[in-house]
Amino acid sequence: MKHLGEYRDADTTRRLLAEIGQLATRPWSIMEVCGGQTHSLIHHGLDQLLPPTIEMIHGPGCPVCVTPAAFLDHAIAIALRPETILCSFGDMLRVPGSQESLLAAKARGADVRVVYSPLDAVRLAEAEPTREVVFLAIGFETTAPANAMAVKLAHHRGLANFSMLVSQVLVPPAIEAILRDPATRVDAFLAAGHVASVMGTGDYPELAARYHVPIVVTGFEPVDLLEGIRRAVLCLEEGRLGVENAYPRAVADEGNPVAQATIHEVFELCDQEWRGLGWIPQSGWQLAPAYVDHDAALRFPASMADTRAAAEPSPCRSGDVLRGLLKPSDCPLFGKECTPQTPLGATMVSSEGACAAYFHAGR
Amino acid sequence: MKHPQPASSAGYSCPTPDHGSRSPRVLMGHGGGGLLTQELIRSVFLKAFGLPDEGLADAAVLEPAAGRLAFTTDAFVVRPLFFPGGSIGELAVNGTVNDLAMVAAMPRYLAASFVIEEGLAISDLSRIAQGMAAAAREAGVRIVAGDTKVVERGHGDGVYITTSGIGHVPAGISLSPDRVAAGDIVLISGTIGDHGMAIMKVREDLGFEADITSDTAALHDLVAEILRCCKATRLLRDPTRGGLATCLNEIADQTRHGLEIDEQTVPIATAVAAGCEVLGLDVWQIANEGKLVAIVPASHAEDVLRVMRDHPRGRQAAVIGRVVGDHPGRVVVRTAIGGRRVVPMPVGELLPRIC
Repeated sequence: MKHLGEYRDADTTRRLLAEIGQLATRPWSIMEVCGGQTHSLIHHGLDQLLPPTIEMIHGPGCPVCVTPAAFLDHAIAIALRPETILCSFGDMLRVPGSQESLLAAKARGADVRVVYSPLDAVRLAEAEPTREVVFLAIGFETTAPANAMAVKLAHHRGLANFSMLVSQVLVPPAIEAILRDPATRVDAFLAAGHVASVMGTGDYPELAARYHVPIVVTGFEPVDLLEGIRRAVLCLEEGRLGVENAYPRAVADEGNPVAQATIHEVFELCDQEWRGLGWIPQSGWQLAPAYVDHDAALRFPASMADTRAAAEPSPCRSGDVLRGLLKPSDCPLFGKECTPQTPLGATMVSSEGACAAYFHAGR
Repeated sequence: MKHPQPASSAGYSCPTPDHGSRSPRVLMGHGGGGLLTQELIRSVFLKAFGLPDEGLADAAVLEPAAGRLAFTTDAFVVRPLFFPGGSIGELAVNGTVNDLAMVAAMPRYLAASFVIEEGLAISDLSRIAQGMAAAAREAGVRIVAGDTKVVERGHGDGVYITTSGIGHVPAGISLSPDRVAAGDIVLISGTIGDHGMAIMKVREDLGFEADITSDTAALHDLVAEILRCCKATRLLRDPTRGGLATCLNEIADQTRHGLEIDEQTVPIATAVAAGCEVLGLDVWQIANEGKLVAIVPASHAEDVLRVMRDHPRGRQAAVIGRVVGDHPGRVVVRTAIGGRRVVPMPVGELLPRIC
């Protein structure tokens, strides 16, 4: 907390805002990739303080928002089995699957528990040897090290009753999918600082070069975000199309080699479905062969009914929101049929989701 | 056929039945209305609360107070039953005392009902009753009526307590959303989020070292001081479940005015703020059990603030914002860096963010 104050300092933010205003000679669209950055921008009211030349587009980096409905349906089906305890991070519980949410399933009798760490789920598996403990391993590169560690630990301790339903997604392929879309109007990216603190910055130079965009690794506090935006605007104005690290206090270029080694031991690359964006090749991680004994998807295969229900179309346009083609408040359903109490898509559920962030902030 | 001779009782006796009167835990029989129930009432509740002057009857008979009566009820459900700073017992007394206090009533009498889960340790129940008795003594209220029921193991979280309270409202005081006007000042009596974080810290076994205790406390005395200072006080509310965010949204909604709050002025203990940062929780949505929000005319704001700070329950009181004519029904925060955002009404269950 001692250091938080300096990155929320009013004088520094004012100075950075003024500098951004002076630097930008024309309109620029900048996408913050991570939901945590979206949350922070809106929570601190930064989006309204930025000069009119700067438009922030809220990217697909909220793990709750991009987890597909079919995955949730599968999780709910597993949770409803009498022998299972399903453990999840809290904000997954309200996300609608194609039929219902985990909270609704819990009210119908499913044993669903909120955990703060995947290691809590491992401890639960130890404490409840007659139950099947299934952990919902969702998230970006940030949650992957702890999730990998949990599987390793369970494996090492011989906990046959511990498994994971995995929906791990990766940031660089998502950025590439957005850049490849001809409708994209993103001039520069703020890459998620915590993802880079794990994986390093090595994936970004090639992306920046191939698609001619500046990518600035950025943190989450107001001063961090404004510094990222300032650097992105500077790159755009000067025509520099490379990678910059505006979050050096947390991010080393090589990332965290220990975390990476654990991830690569436990997971392997796979094609992955993203809610709102569809299938993106090599954009996710699944359990590697040595750990498939702990794969809940194999232990409790999804039934045809689960898959069919999820394939039905939804009126939600979160895909357009996640690609920056539609502002949440411009969606015809926003605030009418679709609210945090009655979410039609995941972006309205998580506090990091662009739609919920807009709704809550009264945008 | 010849009937067998009735067996002689000589030399034969039934095994002594286990009535459970020495059981260290609550049994179903403790809710049966018989001897065990009486024993539980005497050994736990009467021991803590004392025998009413009128003796034990089906209802307490009370002297009417002059003027208007305030009457309220509240159910208390908390896991774990004991937490840093108190127990469900103190909560059950202070919660109802505070509901009375928020309409300016001086609390007089409480009734308490207990739904007890089979298997609860009698010693725990006694501790809870002692906690209630101490809280009632401190608040100057008498617990004059009560009831106990026992439910099967697995059908309750140890014990649920419902308290109802009667208080009397002094003449000349009327708190109402209708009296709130643009230009009025919003104050809070101290730090927010302490109770909720204290519970979460023990319930979720979060394992971080932080000195966070529940703020559970009776506020009627502080209220009396505020009203003595400012008879024109418009409205008092205690931001319990749903936290400050819910409380302020309710005020904005009921008064049909806007509220503008300065984020930096809202007092938050460092440990609570840090815990919320770590867990991805919004401290504005976290429960308080010993804080109040007061809306007073601007002309009295400084005096009320001084009176609050002079009281042990209001040492960290602060002016946090004002009532405005703009954005009726909405609570808008001016952030520390000069931005603005609307504070939403929390949706439902408090769920921590993933990252």
